[in-house]
Amino acid sequence: MTLTERLRERISRAFYNHGLLCASYPIPIILFTGLCILACCYPLLKLPLPGTGPVEYSTPVKDYSPPSPAAGLHQGDPGERPDWYVGAPVAYIQQIFVKATVSPWQKNFLAVDVFRSPLSRVFQLVEEIRNHALRDSSGVKSLEEVCLQVTDLLPGLKKLRNLLPEHGCLLLSPGNFWQNDRERFNADPDIIKTIHQHEPKTLQTSATLKDLLFGLPGKYSGVNLYNRKRVVSYTVTLGLRQYDSRFLSSLRSRLKLLHPSPNCTLREENIVHVHFKEEIGIAELIPLVTTYIILFAYIYFSTRKIDMVKSKWGLALAAVVTVLSSLLMSVGLCTLFGLTPTLNGGEIFPYLVVVIGLENVLVLTKSVVSTPVDLEVKLRIAQGLSNESWSIMKNMATELGIILIGYFTLVPAIQEFCLFAVVGLVSDFFLQMLFFTTVLSIDIRRMELADLNRRLPAEACMPPAKPVSRSQRYERQPAMRPATPHTITLQPSSFRNLRLPKRLRVIYFFARTRLAQRLIMAGTVIWIGILVYTDPAGLRTYLTSQVTEQSPLGEAVLPPMPVPGGVLPAGDPKMDLSVFPSDPIQLSENQTQQREQKLGLETNQHSWAQGPEGKGNGQTELGTEAEVTWGAEDEEIWRKLSFRHWPSLFGYYNITLAKRYISILPAIPVTLYLNPQEALEVRHPQEVNRYHPFLSPSRGKLDAEAQPGQTSSKLQGHQDVTLYKVAALGLASGIILVLLLFCLYRVFCPKNYGQNGLSHSRRKRGDLPCDDYGYSPPETEIVPLVLRGHLMDIECLASDGMLLVSCCLVGQIRVWDAQTGDCLTVIPKPRPDGKNALDDPLENSHQLKRMLSPPQPPLFCDQPDLTSLIDTNFSEQAKVAESEPRLRSVAGRQKETGYDFSSLVGKVYEEHGTSNCRSLASLSAPHGQAGFCGAEEGGCASRRRSLGDESLMGFDKSSSLPSWGGDLESSVWSLELQGNLIVAGRSNGRLEVWDAIEGTLRSSNDEGQSGITALVFLNNRIVAARLNGSLDFFSLETHTSLNHLQFRGAPSRSSIPSSPVFSSGDVVSCQLTHTVSCAHQKPITALKAAAGRLVTGSQDHTLRVFRLEDSCCLFTLQGHSGAITAVYMDEELGCGASLGVISDNLLVTGGQGCVSFWDIGYGDLLQTVYLGKSNESQPARQILVLENAAIVCNFGSELSLVYVPSVLEKLD
Amino acid sequence: MAAAEFWIQRNVTLFPPDVITSIFSSAWWVPPCCGTASAVIGLLYPCMDRHLGEPHKFKREWSSVMRCVAVFVGINHASAKVDFANNIQLSLTLAALSIGLWWTFDRSRSGFGLGVGIAFLATLVSQLLVYNGVYQYTSPDFLYVRSWLPCIFFAGGITMGNIGRQLAMYECKVIAEKSHED
Repeated sequence: MTLTERLRERISRAFYNHGLLCASYPIPIILFTGLCILACCYPLLKLPLPGTGPVEYSTPVKDYSPPSPAAGLHQGDPGERPDWYVGAPVAYIQQIFVKATVSPWQKNFLAVDVFRSPLSRVFQLVEEIRNHALRDSSGVKSLEEVCLQVTDLLPGLKKLRNLLPEHGCLLLSPGNFWQNDRERFNADPDIIKTIHQHEPKTLQTSATLKDLLFGLPGKYSGVNLYNRKRVVSYTVTLGLRQYDSRFLSSLRSRLKLLHPSPNCTLREENIVHVHFKEEIGIAELIPLVTTYIILFAYIYFSTRKIDMVKSKWGLALAAVVTVLSSLLMSVGLCTLFGLTPTLNGGEIFPYLVVVIGLENVLVLTKSVVSTPVDLEVKLRIAQGLSNESWSIMKNMATELGIILIGYFTLVPAIQEFCLFAVVGLVSDFFLQMLFFTTVLSIDIRRMELADLNRRLPAEACMPPAKPVSRSQRYERQPAMRPATPHTITLQPSSFRNLRLPKRLRVIYFFARTRLAQRLIMAGTVIWIGILVYTDPAGLRTYLTSQVTEQSPLGEAVLPPMPVPGGVLPAGDPKMDLSVFPSDPIQLSENQTQQREQKLGLETNQHSWAQGPEGKGNGQTELGTEAEVTWGAEDEEIWRKLSFRHWPSLFGYYNITLAKRYISILPAIPVTLYLNPQEALEVRHPQEVNRYHPFLSPSRGKLDAEAQPGQTSSKLQGHQDVTLYKVAALGLASGIILVLLLFCLYRVFCPKNYGQNGLSHSRRKRGDLPCDDYGYSPPETEIVPLVLRGHLMDIECLASDGMLLVSCCLVGQIRVWDAQTGDCLTVIPKPRPDGKNALDDPLENSHQLKRMLSPPQPPLFCDQPDLTSLIDTNFSEQAKVAESEPRLRSVAGRQKETGYDFSSLVGKVYEEHGTSNCRSLASLSAPHGQAGFCGAEEGGCASRRRSLGDESLMGFDKSSSLPSWGGDLESSVWSLELQGNLIVAGRSNGRLEVWDAIEGTLRSSNDEGQSGITALVFLNNRIVAARLNGSLDFFSLETHTSLNHLQFRGAPSRSSIPSSPVFSSGDVVSCQLTHTVSCAHQKPITALKAAAGRLVTGSQDHTLRVFRLEDSCCLFTLQGHSGAITAVYMDEELGCGASLGVISDNLLVTGGQGCVSFWDIGYGDLLQTVYLGKSNESQPARQILVLENAAIVCNFGSELSLVYVPSVLEKLD
Repeated sequence: MAAAEFWIQRNVTLFPPDVITSIFSSAWWVPPCCGTASAVIGLLYPCMDRHLGEPHKFKREWSSVMRCVAVFVGINHASAKVDFANNIQLSLTLAALSIGLWWTFDRSRSGFGLGVGIAFLATLVSQLLVYNGVYQYTSPDFLYVRSWLPCIFFAGGITMGNIGRQLAMYECKVIAEKSHED
C-alpha cells in the first residue's frame, strides 16, 4: 500500500466519522458553527463600510505643515504616508467643543433649563470667535482671512438657506438654528421643536442638520427633556482655508482662558487627515455590475445542479450562505490579526466567491444523494462525505497551491487578495464540513420523512393482503405476492411524474409559504420599530435617559462647589501652563492673559479655601452642584459622527471631498458654567406653563436635612423600578428566546432524532470483505434467513418457485420450502431409529410430521403427476384435487402419446389413462410391489428395492434399509428441480430422478460412466453434461400402472381432499435419446437451456449452442480466454449461477459472503446484503431468483433466503 | 446559423469593457469587431475539436464556464486596477494567471495552441493598427507593445473557446435528442 493510498484511506475514514458526527448531532453543530461565524465576523463591526469608508492619517500638530503638492516629493519615510496625503486639504476643521451646565442646579428648575441657558451662551461664544483677531508684528489677522469662504448653497437646498452660512466663513454652531440671533432664540417658545424640525422621520443615512450644526451626534448633545446629567454639549465648527498655527493657537488659548476646562484631558497632539473615497459613478459601475452578473450566473448554474433533495432552494441558500459567511469570516479574521483590507471589498468580492467556489458543496450534495437510498441518513452522509473526501482534499490542496504561487508575485494587491482567499478557503472548508453537511443531513432526513408520508396513502389503497410490516416477510405469501412490487411502485412514480411548470411552482411556493404576506409583515414591524426608535421624543430618548440615570448619583454625594455665580472655576496650574503654547501669543495678549491668570489663581485659592467649609455649610438652597467632566469618550468626538458628515456638509456648498481629504484639528474644549440666575433669565414665559419642574415634585419648603436624603431615596427608588423593569424585560426576552429555539428545534429536528445515537457504530473494515467503498453498511433491513441442516458444504442447488433443493458433498439432498425455509424432505431419509444423531431436532420434527401424516400411496397411486400445475400455490391444489373426478371421467380413452409435463390437466389425465393400459411387466413397482418388479430388470433392481424401502418406510417405521451404501459413495454434482421431481447427477455418472416431497427415487439411469457436471431439466427433457465433455439427452416418460386402479377406492380418495396430489404411483422412466459424445474437449461446467436451445459452457474456453430436440450443435461460441464458469440466458428469470435478474431492471450478483443488487438501467449499486456476519463467509456460489422477488443463494454449507421487497419498492 | 447569432450576441455582452476601453478609444466599429472576432474564436474551438476528433470532455458545465468568464474578467480587472512595480512583473503575473486559467478550465493541447495563435494574431493586428496610426497606446512599454496584451488575448481566447464548446455541446445534445425522437 503506497503512501497515497494510506493517506487516502485515512482521509476517507476521517470524513466518514465526521459525517456520522454531523448527521447525528445536527442542531448543536449548526449552533456551534453559527457562533463561530459570529465570532469571526465580530471584528468587522469596527471596519468602515467597504467602498466609501474614509481613510485616516494623523500627523502631530507640532511643526505641522501642509504636504507639498507634488506627488513624488514625500518627506519623511514614505511607507507610512498614504498616497493621498498630497497637497493642501480641502479644509481644516476646527471644532470648539462646548460643554455647559447650569450650576448649581435648583430644585424648582424646569427640564428646559438644562439646555436653554447653555445654548444661549453659544451666541456669545460665536461672537468671540468671529471677532477674534491675531495682532502681531505683521499686522492684524482676523478670522475672515483664514477661514473657508463658502458661496451659495446648492439650489436644491432652499429650506436650509437660513440655517447654513452663505457667502462668508464656514462657521457652524447651534446658533444657526436661530440665524445667530439671540433675540430669536429668546423668543423661541420651543427649542426642541426648532431643532428637530428638519430631522427626517425615517431612517437617516447621511448627516442630519442637527448633527451638522451641533457638530456631534445628537445623542451626545444632551438637548432633550430627559437629560439627567444636565450637561449640554455642542460644538462650534469652523472651516479654515489655510493653516495658520499662530492664529489658531491664539484662538485656542483665548478661548481656554475665557472658558477654562479644568479637568480636561483631551489630547491635542494630532491632526487627523481624513481622506474620502471617490463616489462611484455609472462608468465605474459597469465592470462591477458585469462581474456581479457573472457571479450570479455562476451561482445560478451551480445551484441548479442540486437535485434529489427535499428543498433545492434551502440547499442553494445554504450553499450561498456558506460561501458568503466564509468570506466574511476571512475578512473578520484578517482584521483581527491586524490586516486591514485596503482593497475595495465590493470589487474583489465576486472574484473571491469564484475562487472559493461552490463546487465542493455541489460535489458533496451529489455524492450524498447518490448513496443508496435505503441506508440510514447518517450513514448516507458519512458515505457521501467519504466518497468525495479525496477529491475535496485534492482540490483544496491545488487551490491553496495556486494561491500560494500568487502570493509570491510580490504585488501587494495580489498578495492581499491571496491572503484573503487563503483564509476564505480554509474557513469555507470549515463551513462546508460543519455547516453545509449538517444542513444536508437535515434536508435528507426531511426528504425521507416526506417520502414516508407520501407513500402511506399509496399503501392504503393496496389490497389488504399486502404485507405492511417487515415481520410478515417470511410468512408464506401465496400467488398474489409477485404482483405487489409493481402495484406499489406505479402510484408513487405517477405522482413523481406530475411535474408542474416552473412558474406555477413558484406561485405555489409563494402561496404555500405566504412569503409575500410574511415579508410585508416583517417589513412593517421593522419600519414601525425604526419609526419608534428614531422618534425624537420616543423610545430612544427614553432609553438614553434610562441609561444615563444609571450613572452614579454624583449630584447628591458630591461636595457642593461654593463657587459664586459668574466666577469661573479655574484649572490647576498645569492647565494654565498649557494655555500658552507659544511665545508670540503670550506677548501679544500679554495683558489679558496676565489678568486672567491672576483671576484664575485667585479663584483657585478661593475654591480651595471654601471647599471644606462649603461642605459644612450645606448650600441646600442652591441645590446640587454639577461638574463637567471631560473623559475619554469626548476624545475626537467627530469620530462618532456619520462618515458622511463632512462630505454632505461640503456637498451642500458643491464642494466634493471625493479623492480629497480634510484635516481635522484637535478640538478646543470649552466649559461653561451657568448660574441659576442666568438660567432663570433666559427662560421663556411659555415654558413655565408647559414643562414640569425637573426632578422636583417635592418643590415645597422642605427641611434642609430631609431634602437631599429624600431626593437620593427617590432616585434610589426610581433606580430600583428601572432594575425591575430591566429584569422583567430580560426575563421576557429570555423566555421568547427559549420558545424560539424550541420552535426551531421542532422544525428542524426529526422526532426520532438521537434515539440510537452512535450506538451501532461502524464495523471494522475487513469484517465484511465485500465492501466496495471501504466501509460497511449497518445491519440491513433485509435479514437473510439461514437454512441449516447440511453437514458438509453445499455442492449444488436447484429451485423452482416453491421448492428449493440442495445437495451437500455427502450426497444428502434436502428439499426446502422456499418461502419459509422449512426443510421438507431429506434424501436419503435419516434412519428412524435415531442412528442419525447429527440431525438437529428441528429437522427431526419435520421428519416426524411428515411421517405421521397419513401415507398416501395406496389411495392415490394411480393418479397422474400434476406437479407441473402446482408449482406456485399450494392452496389451489385442493381445488385441483376436487376437480379430479370430473376430469377423470373425461379421460376414459386410451392413447399412445408421449407424456408432456407442461400439458393441461386434461392432457395429463389422458396420459394417465394411456399408461393405465400398459402391461404390467413394464411397470415400475408401486408400493408394496417391489418384489414383482425386482425380478424383471436386473439393472434396476437395487434402485427398485431402495425405492420400495423408502416408500415402505412411510408406513413401516421399523424397517431398515441396507441398500444405500452404494449411492452414498458417489456425490451429487448437479441438481435440477421441476415440479416435484428432482434430477440429480452423480459423480459416478448416474442420473437419478427423485420425488421431492416423498423423498422416493422415481427413476435412474446408469448409462453413462462419467460424472454429471451439469444438468438441465426442461419440461420432460433432461440434459446431462458429463465430465468427459459429452452431453446426454434424456426424455422423461411417465407411466401409471393399471393395477393401482384396483387399490384405489373412490370414497377413500375423497376423504382426504387436502392431501397433496403428487402421485408416487406413477412410473417415471428416463430414457436416453441422444448422446453427443464429444461436445467439448474438457468438462462442461455450465449448462443452460431455454427456448429450445441448450447452451453449454466448458473449460475448453468455448460455449456451444445445441438444439434441444435433436441435439444438433448450432454454434460454437469462442472468445473467452478461460474456462466458462457461468452461463446466463436471458429468457429465463433468474438462472445464473451467481447472477440473477429480478423484475426487469434489477440485477443480483453474488459476492464474498454477500449479494449485491444493481440497477441495470444505471449501473448503480443499490444495496449489498450480507449473508453472514463472520469473517470466513464464503462466496455466494449460486443465486436463484424466485418469482416472488426472493433470492436463494448458497454459501458454504448454508443457504440464504433473501426477500427483497424494499429494493423493489425503492426502485419504483 | 441561429447558434452563431446567439454567440455573437453573447460574446459581445461578455467581452469585458476594460479591454475595449483601454486598448482602443471608443470608435463605433470597435465593439462589433471585437464581438465578431470573439464569435469566430468561439466557433473555431468546437470546429477544431470536431476536426481533430477529440471532443472536449473536461468540465463541461455552465457553472464552470461562468467561473472561467469570471476569472477572465478578474484578470482584466487586475491588469487595469492593480499597481505593479514594473511591467515585467505585470506581464509575468498575467502570463501565469492566463496559464492558470487554461489549466483550470481547458487543459487541452489544442486549446492551448489555438489560444497562443489567437494571442499572436490579435497582438499583431493591434500592433498594425497602432503602426498605421489608427490608435495609440497610452504607454507602450516593451518592444512597443503593451506587454500584457498577448496574455489578455490568450485568456480571452480560452474563455471564448470554453463558451463556444459549451454551446456546441448543447447544440449537439439538442440535435441528438431530436434525431432520437424521430
